[in-house]
Amino acid sequence: MSKVYIALQDNDESRYIVAAIEDDNPDATVIYMPAMIRIENEGSLTIKRESVEEQMGRDWDVQELHINLITLGGNVDEDDDALSLHWNE
Amino acid sequence: MTLEIKTATLDSVRNTFAHIERRFGDKPATRYQEATYDVQSENYFHYRPLWQPEKELNDPSRTAIKMEDWYAFRDPRQMYYGTYVQQRAKMQEVAENNYSFFEKRSLINHLSDEVKAKLIRYLVPLRHMEQAANLNNMYASSYGYGTAITQACLFNGMDRLGVAQYLSRIGLILDGNSGDALTEAKLFWMKDELWQGLRACAEEMTVTEDWFEVLIAQDVVADSLIYDLYYHQFDAWLQDNQAQDVGMLTEFMQVWSKESNRWVDAVLKTAAAESDENKALLEQWIMKWKTKLMQSLEAISAEMLGGDALRAAEAVLNKRLAKAGLFK
Repeated sequence: MSKVYIALQDNDESRYIVAAIEDDNPDATVIYMPAMIRIENEGSLTIKRESVEEQMGRDWDVQELHINLITLGGNVDEDDDALSLHWNE
Repeated sequence: MTLEIKTATLDSVRNTFAHIERRFGDKPATRYQEATYDVQSENYFHYRPLWQPEKELNDPSRTAIKMEDWYAFRDPRQMYYGTYVQQRAKMQEVAENNYSFFEKRSLINHLSDEVKAKLIRYLVPLRHMEQAANLNNMYASSYGYGTAITQACLFNGMDRLGVAQYLSRIGLILDGNSGDALTEAKLFWMKDELWQGLRACAEEMTVTEDWFEVLIAQDVVADSLIYDLYYHQFDAWLQDNQAQDVGMLTEFMQVWSKESNRWVDAVLKTAAAESDENKALLEQWIMKWKTKLMQSLEAISAEMLGGDALRAAEAVLNKRLAKAGLFK
C-alpha cells in the first residue's frame, strides 16, 4: 500500500497542526525539510479540528489548513470536524 | 556549458534558547513559550524595594498560595504580546463596525424609554465596576509572580478598560453625546442604595493585599456572577423586550468573557491541583467573596431581572468551580 502525505509550510501556525497530527497519528513520520514539514503515513492520516484547537488554544476552522498547505497526496475526506487522507483501493 | 544546480540544506545551529530547552527539550519552541517561560527575573536583584524591604522585588511570598513552579499557569489561549494585540485588534474592528452601524441606522430610536432608563440604571454604572476590575488585575500583574500568570493578568486588565470604554459609549449613545447618562449612572453608583453593596465590594477588593485573593475575588467570583447576569440573562431580557439591537453593543463583552474564562478556569484548576493547602485556601476565599458579592448583587439582580436570576448565576459559578475540582 502506498503512503499518504501532507506538506505544510514551516511556520508558527503549522507547528501546532503538526503537533496535533502527531498526537492523533502515532505511526506517522514527520520530516522537517527547509521551510517545509512533510508528514507521511502508511494507509491514512487524520487532522482533527478538536486536537488542533487544543494545541492552538483558539477556535480553528479545518479550512484554515489551506493557508499553510503546500501539497498533499491521497483521497481527501473533509468535513467540519476533520480532514483525512487515504487511498481508495 | 552546463549548469549544475545544487541545493544546500542549512540546519539552524540551535532550536531555541537554553532555558526553554531545559524545560521543553531540544526542539523548535513556540513563540508563546519563548515569550513567557522564565522571562521574569528571579534572583541577583541589586536592592530590595524601599517600600517593602523584607521582600525581594519579585517575590513569590506576596500570596499565601504556594506553587512548586509558577510557570505551571500556562495560558490555554497561549497569548503573548503579539498574539494578544492581534486578537484584540480583530475584536475591536468588529465592535467598532457594530457601534457605527448602530449609530448610522439610529437603532437607538427603536428602544423604548423603559429600556433606555433600565440601561442607564443597571448597565452603564457597571463601567465603574470594570474600572475596579482593571485595577485589580493590574495589581495582580505587578505583584504576582511568574510571567505566565502576570502577563495574562495585564492583558485582562487592559481588556477591562476596553469594556469600561464600550459601556461608556453605550451611555453616550443613549444621551446623544451629552454625557448626561454617564453623570446619572455615576450618581447611581455613588449614591443609590442599590449599588452601594457592589461598590463596597469593589473598594474592598482594591485594598486586599494578597494578589491571588484579589484575582479569585474579581476574575472568578465577581466576573462569573456579573457576566452571567448581564451578558446572558439581561441580554435575554433585552431580546424579549424588543431591544435585541443592544446586543450589537455588548457582543464584545460576551465574546471576550467566553475567551477570558478559559484562562481563568485554567488558573483555578492549576492552583487547586497543586496541593490540598492551596485548595483549602481557594475554597475559603471563594466562600468569603461569594457571600459578599451575592449579597451585594441580590437587590440589583432582583430589580433588573426578577427573583431567580442570581440563583441561576450562582449555579453557573458553582458549575465552573466544580469543573476546576473545588468543593468536592
